[in-house]
Amino acid sequence: MAEIIQLAITGVALGSIYALIAFGFGLIYTSVNVVNFAQGDFAMIGAYFMVSLELGARLPWWLALILAVLLAGACGALFQLLIYQPMRRRPRNFLPVMIATVGASVFIEQIFLVIYGPVPFQLPSIFKAQTIRLGGVSVYPQYLVIIGATAAMMALLRWFIEGTKLGKQLQATAQDADAARLMGIRVARMAALTFAISTALAGLAGLLIAPLYTVTSTMGTSIALKAFAAAIIGGFGSMTGAILGGISIGLIETFGATYISGTYRDAFPFLFLIIFLIIKPVGLFGEKVSQKV
Amino acid sequence: MIKPILKFLPFLIVLALLPLMLPAGRLGAYYLTLLILTASYAVAALGLTVLLGYSGQISLAQAAFFGIGAYTFAILGVHDGVPFWLAAIAAVAVAAVFGLVLGMISLRLASHYLALVTIGFQIITQLVLANWHALTGGPDGISNIPRPSLFGFALQTDEQFYWVSLAVLALAAYVVYRLRNSRLGGALLALREDEIAAAAYGISVFRTKVMAFSIAAALGGLGGVLYASGSLYISPDVFSFYQSVSFFAMVLVGGRESIVGTILGSGLVTFLPEVLRFLQSYTVAVYGLLIVVVVLFLPNGLYGALADGVGFLRSRRTAGAAPAEQLAATIATTAPRPVATSETLLEIKDLTKRFGGVTAVNGLNLTVCKGDVAVLIGPNGSGKTTVLNVLSGIYAANGGGIVFRGGTITNASPNQVHAAGISRTFQNIRLFPELTALENVVVGYFSKGTVGLAGTLLSVPRGYREEREAVAKARETLGALGFSRFDVRAKHLPYGQQRIVEIARAIVAGPTLLLLDEPAAGMNHEETAALSSILYRIHELGLTMLLIEHDMSFVASVATRAYVMDFGQKISEGSVQSVLADPAVIKAYLGDDVEYA
Repeated sequence: MAEIIQLAITGVALGSIYALIAFGFGLIYTSVNVVNFAQGDFAMIGAYFMVSLELGARLPWWLALILAVLLAGACGALFQLLIYQPMRRRPRNFLPVMIATVGASVFIEQIFLVIYGPVPFQLPSIFKAQTIRLGGVSVYPQYLVIIGATAAMMALLRWFIEGTKLGKQLQATAQDADAARLMGIRVARMAALTFAISTALAGLAGLLIAPLYTVTSTMGTSIALKAFAAAIIGGFGSMTGAILGGISIGLIETFGATYISGTYRDAFPFLFLIIFLIIKPVGLFGEKVSQKV
Repeated sequence: MIKPILKFLPFLIVLALLPLMLPAGRLGAYYLTLLILTASYAVAALGLTVLLGYSGQISLAQAAFFGIGAYTFAILGVHDGVPFWLAAIAAVAVAAVFGLVLGMISLRLASHYLALVTIGFQIITQLVLANWHALTGGPDGISNIPRPSLFGFALQTDEQFYWVSLAVLALAAYVVYRLRNSRLGGALLALREDEIAAAAYGISVFRTKVMAFSIAAALGGLGGVLYASGSLYISPDVFSFYQSVSFFAMVLVGGRESIVGTILGSGLVTFLPEVLRFLQSYTVAVYGLLIVVVVLFLPNGLYGALADGVGFLRSRRTAGAAPAEQLAATIATTAPRPVATSETLLEIKDLTKRFGGVTAVNGLNLTVCKGDVAVLIGPNGSGKTTVLNVLSGIYAANGGGIVFRGGTITNASPNQVHAAGISRTFQNIRLFPELTALENVVVGYFSKGTVGLAGTLLSVPRGYREEREAVAKARETLGALGFSRFDVRAKHLPYGQQRIVEIARAIVAGPTLLLLDEPAAGMNHEETAALSSILYRIHELGLTMLLIEHDMSFVASVATRAYVMDFGQKISEGSVQSVLADPAVIKAYLGDDVEYA
C-alpha cells in the first residue's frame, strides 16, 4: 500500500509538470490558433537558466527561480516575434506555423547544446532533505514542491485571467481578435503576452523537474510530448482539463514503468493516448470543433 | 506514360552519370555512399510529398516507416534467407500495413492531433526496435545485409547499387507523378484544400486520407529497403524523431508539391553536412533553421520559388477576363424553359435538426418536383442553410426523413448524397483556392471515374481515357457557362467568376438536383443578370434546382416555385407572387403591427 501511495505521489508530481506545459499549449492554441511544438524547449530553457543563475551566479534559489521563469517568458515573447508574427496575416497559416515551430524546436535545442555542452547538469532540489516521512510513506520532498508550486501557479493564473483587466483583454482577444482590436486592445501585444505566459509556465515546469532528472538540451522533448498528450486528453484550453489530463498521463507513466516495463516507460502515455483517441476523438471535455459551412 | 518519362529523362541521365564525375580515391567512394543514401532518403521523402504536399496531412513518423521497411527487409533477408526482391516487396507491404492501421485510427483527428499521434508512433517504433532483442538485435542492429542480383548478375559494388537505387527512385517518382495526375491525385489535393467541399463532390474523406497515409508509409518502407541494403548494416538510432524531421526538411526545402524538388531537397539535406563541415556541431541547428527560413520566406520551397518565377513571367502575357455583360450576352438564350412536372423528385418529411437547445429546423415538409426551380426564402436565421446542409449530408437530422427519387437518403454521408445525384454550392464559396478553375471542375467529375489506386499506378489505359474525358467535360461545362480562364488559380478569380466556377463544378457530373446556397449573394447587378442566364441555361439542360436566396428580383426572375421558412418551419408555398402576398410571409419579414398607411 505504501508503495502505491508513493507511486501515486510521483505520478501526480510528474502529472503536475505535464499539466503546466499542457495548459500553456492550450492557451496558445485557443488564443492565437498555433500549435507550438517548441513548447517543451522552454522547459529546457527554464532549467538551463536556473543552472546559470543558481549554480553559476550563485543567487539564492527563490531569486534564481523567479528570474529563470521570467527569462523563459521573455524568450517566449521573442520566439513569437520571430516565428508567429511574420506569418500572422498569411491566409491558411496553421500548418506552416506548426512546421516552423518544429524547425525552431530543433534549432533551439541545438543552440543550447552548443552553449552548455553535451555534459548534463544536475540541479539541487530546493529542500535538501533526501526523504521525508508522511505517516509511514517516505516521500521525496521535491515531489511536494512540484505539486505545491503547480497548484499555486494555477491559482495565480486563474486570478490573473479572470480577475484582472489585462486577463480580460487576453480572453477577449482569444475569443475574437478582430472585435478585440476594434475595442482598442493591442492584439499583437496580447499574442506576445500569451506566448510569454505559456512559455514561462513551461520554464517553471522545466526547472521544477530538473532536480529529478538531469538538465540536457533534449530534456524538454519527451516531457512536452507527454504534456501535449495530456492537453489532448483534457481538451485544449481548459485549466481543469489540463490538470486532469496531466495527472492521468503522469500516473499511467509511473505505474506502467513500475509494474509493466521500465524500458517502455515513454510508450505508455502514447499508447494510452492512441486508445483514448479511438474511443473519444475530441478529448475529455471536448474541443469545440464546429466548422462553419 | 511517354510524356513523364521524356520530361524527367534529362534529370535522370544527369543523376545516372553522377558516379562517373566523382573524384577518384576515398573521397569519391565516400561521395558515392552519400549518393546512395540520398536515393534512399529521396524515396522516403517522396512518400511525404504525397502525404504532406498533396493531401496536406502532417506526419512526423516517416523515419518509423523507413525503419519498419529496413528492419523487415533485413530480418527476412539475413535471418530467414528470403531472396532480395521478395524480402523487399514484403518490407514495403509491411510498412504499408502499418501506415494503413495508423491512418485508420488517427485520421478522424484534426491535423495537430494527427501530428502528435505520428510522433507517438515514431517514439514507440524506435523503442521497440531498440529493445526487442530477439527480433531486431537490439542496439547492436543487424549486419551483413544482402545486396540484390538481377537476372543472375550480382549487383554488389557501390556503383552498381547506386544505379539500382536510382532505378527504384525513378519508379517511385513515376508512381507519385502518376498519382498526382490521376483522378485520385485530384481528390488528394481537393482534400487538402477543403474537406467539406471535397466530400460534397463525392470524395470519401476517410478513404482518401488513409490511401495517402498508406502510400507514404509504403514509400517510406521502400526507402528503408534501399537504406538497409546500401549501408549493409542498420541500427535503431538511425530511425529517430530527428530523421523524421530531416525527411520533413527535405520535402519542404525542395518544394512540397514537386517531385523534382523533393529529390533535390533530399540531396541538399544529405550533402549539407559536407558543405557545412566547418560548422561542426551546428549542422543539426542549421536543419532547424532551414525549416523555419523556408516556411517563412519560401512557402513552396526552392523549386516552387523557381516555378513561381517562371509562372509569373508567363502570366503577364495572358489576356484579361471577359466582363460580365459580355458573358451574359454569350450565353443568353431564347429557348423555352422546361415546365415543371408533377413527378416528385425530392420529398422532405417532418425534418428536424437541433443544435443543442436550438431547434433550427422544426418538422419541415417540402416537396420538389422534377423540372422545378424551387426557391427557399425566409428571414435570416430561419433555418434555410441548415436544411441544405442536412440534405447534402453535412449535418445529421434529429428526426424526419428525406426521400430522393424513391430512395431514402436521410443521414447519408455527403459522398453518398452526391452519388445519389444531388450536388451543391456553398454560401461562402468553397472552391479549392490553390487549384486552377479547370482543376476545380475536374474534381467535380471525380464520382464518374472508376479506376482505383491499383489501376492508376499500373497506368491502365482506361484511367487515361477517363482523365481525358473529365478534362473535356470540365472544359465543355465551363465553356457552356461562358467561362474561359481555365488555368487561373481559383483564389485569383474575382468573386462573380468564382461563383460560376463553383456552379460548373457542381453540375459537371450531371446531377439530377442542384442545391444552390445564396448564389447571388455579394454580386453586383451585372453579375446577377449573368447568373440568371446561367441558371436559365442549366434549367434548360433539364436540371432541377433548389436554391436559397435573398435577392427578391432575382428570385422572381428564376423561380418556378417558392417556399417560405420562418423559425424552422414552412409558413407558405406557391408561386413567387402568391407567397410574397401571403400575410403570414409579410408578418414573418416585417412583424405584426405593420401599418399600411
